[in-house]
Amino acid sequence: MAFEGLADRLQNTIQKIRGKGKVSESDVKEMMREVRLALLEADVNFKVVKEFIKKVSERAVGQEVMKSLTPGQQVIKVVKEELTNLMGGEQSQIAVSKRPPTVIMMVGLQGAGKTTTTGKLANLLRKKHNRNPLLVAADIYRPAAIKQLETLGKQLSMPVFSLGDQVSPVEIARQAIEKAKADHHDYVLIDTAGRLHIDGELMNELKEIKELASPEEIFLVVDAMTGQDAVNVAESFNEQLGITGVVLTKLDGDTRGGAALSIRSVTGKPIKFVGMGEKLDALEAFHPERMASRILGM
Amino acid sequence: ARYRKVDEDFFEELEEILIQADVGFNTVMELIDELKMEVKRKNISDPTEVQSAISEKLVEIYQSGEKTTGHINIQEDSLTVILFVGVNGVGKTTTIGKLAHMYKQQGKNVILAAGDTFRAGAIDQLEVWGNRVGVDVVKHSEGSDPAAVMFDAIQSARAKSADILLCDTAGRLQNKVNLMNELEKVKRVIEREIPGAPHEVLLVLDATTGQNALLQAKTFKEVTNVSGIVLTKLDGTAKGGIVLAIRNELNIPVKFVGLGEKMDDLQAFDPEKYVYGLFSTIIEKEAE
Ligand SMILES: Nc1nc2c(ncn2[C@@H]2O[C@H](COP(=O)(O)OP(=O)(O)OP(=O)(O)O)[C@@H](O)[C@H]2O)c(=O)[nH]1
Ligand SMILES: Nc1nc2c(ncn2[C@@H]2O[C@H](COP(=O)(O)OP(=O)(O)OP(=O)(O)O)[C@@H](O)[C@H]2O)c(=O)[nH]1
Ligand SMILES: [K+]
Ligand SMILES: [Mg+2]
Ligand SMILES: [Mg+2]
Repeated sequence: MAFEGLADRLQNTIQKIRGKGKVSESDVKEMMREVRLALLEADVNFKVVKEFIKKVSERAVGQEVMKSLTPGQQVIKVVKEELTNLMGGEQSQIAVSKRPPTVIMMVGLQGAGKTTTTGKLANLLRKKHNRNPLLVAADIYRPAAIKQLETLGKQLSMPVFSLGDQVSPVEIARQAIEKAKADHHDYVLIDTAGRLHIDGELMNELKEIKELASPEEIFLVVDAMTGQDAVNVAESFNEQLGITGVVLTKLDGDTRGGAALSIRSVTGKPIKFVGMGEKLDALEAFHPERMASRILGM
Repeated sequence: ARYRKVDEDFFEELEEILIQADVGFNTVMELIDELKMEVKRKNISDPTEVQSAISEKLVEIYQSGEKTTGHINIQEDSLTVILFVGVNGVGKTTTIGKLAHMYKQQGKNVILAAGDTFRAGAIDQLEVWGNRVGVDVVKHSEGSDPAAVMFDAIQSARAKSADILLCDTAGRLQNKVNLMNELEKVKRVIEREIPGAPHEVLLVLDATTGQNALLQAKTFKEVTNVSGIVLTKLDGTAKGGIVLAIRNELNIPVKFVGLGEKMDDLQAFDPEKYVYGLFSTIIEKEAE
């Protein structure tokens, strides 16, 4: 039931090759079938897998693998390299606006981890970058969403801006930025309500906030356990809002997290941070190579 | 209209559709192999006939083992306790609100237990639901022992002769041993207070979840003996196909589906309707 890693998956094929002492094109093909399976079991989107396999196959058949004495190792190496490249370099920096405050919007599906990540990000900005952020409770829909952010603010001893749940999120954002300017906050972190990418009305609300607040960053918060649908969600949020980066949450679980690759390939936007727990210090920089190993089960 | 042939391309497309629905590779392969055999055996060439064959096969996989409908083990003349478990953010608290509403409408006396004492605002969230639906919530302060909340909630439910007690718990990832032990303890307290309880342990799964849902189901089943699944967020574009694999490998049935954030966005699970929704696109495309 626990899924095999790529190395285990390649064992059989490698045994066969060893017997023959030579790697043929069909051996490579067989290995690619295993790569495909490993990626699908890691939840990489199947279209993304298809393209990926095509690319890796070319490299493999080209030379590296066929001429190698350790074709299994070589396949893994090529796959890992390509995966790492696809996921981009390390990108944990956060934009700074020339005209403070710098506004950051947190967006995403319901339950992804936006509110928690807002708290974590505020903590990181203060601790690592010596900043003074204002947290903004712009989720007026979810029961007790404001209370949740206020509690996090209390835990951090940081101010939370709220106007209750009877004022529109756009107006909340507007007044929050005024307040931030008056109180000399250099960052404004806007926690928005979870919403489906196909919910036109609520997606419009985000567009309006964006228009008004001119955020430097729009972070799409995505649950690392997301399956094949990650591409639809990411593509759609990106098309409608132009996200600037991704935060992958709940990576402290045992999911392979193939969604990372899917999201990166369809949006081209960097994964900036990963959530590694429920506590407010559990936010880390994203490491492409570590993620590649994880997806491959190594 | 011109129909497509039932050929290799057809099966390849079907495979892709099911994989995209998160059904999981092994279950999909099993299914496609069986379907191919069936098509050959019955000499099927008309896609509409294949449609019913697919439907039958999927429902069959789904219903392998004993047939269970969305039945909930309600005690007719005593307190029914339902425990909700699952990973973070899947929809446990919301589902409790919805289910409370459903039972209240049926004239039942419902009480909620605020067993998530950990997450910021979790108790308030359940209280908002309690007010919305018009049912009582038993709570302790944030950070207190969830097992103690359950104990109190049971005493309170008894004192008020409640029909149904819905117990919320904090979200936890299944690989966190301490948190899973805590959950086991919560369940043990309920068992000790009422023999035969909890009468249902519902694992809440987010339909957008991929293959990890299988591990979730396995571990939560080991720890709490899960009796059914609530598949939430089906109003999005994800299909939650992993429940087929879960049914296939662990034999846990889906009992309810969540279709939104409102009080009445909860429905009993209908396997045939669900299964048809999984592959309807391929059929609709043919009928064009
Ligand atoms: N284990 C773990 N849990 C997390 C992480 N990030 C968030 N969570 C948990 O996930 C659940 C949902 O988090 P929220 O921050 O409420 O998510 P949200 O996106 O704001 O949810 P909505 O506002 O309802 O859309 C909570 O139980 C959090 O504690 C993480 O990195 N690891
Ligand atoms: N679209 C949609 N959203 C849902 C559904 N069920 C729950 N949600 C939303 O998902 C988010 C998380 O729901 P919760 O009920 O807080 O989830 P939970 O499992 O209790 O979360 P934790 O207690 O933090 O682990 C909220 O924003 C809910 O409104 C559903 O069926 N459809
Ligand atoms: K989720
Ligand atoms: Mg939130
Ligand atoms: Mg909850």
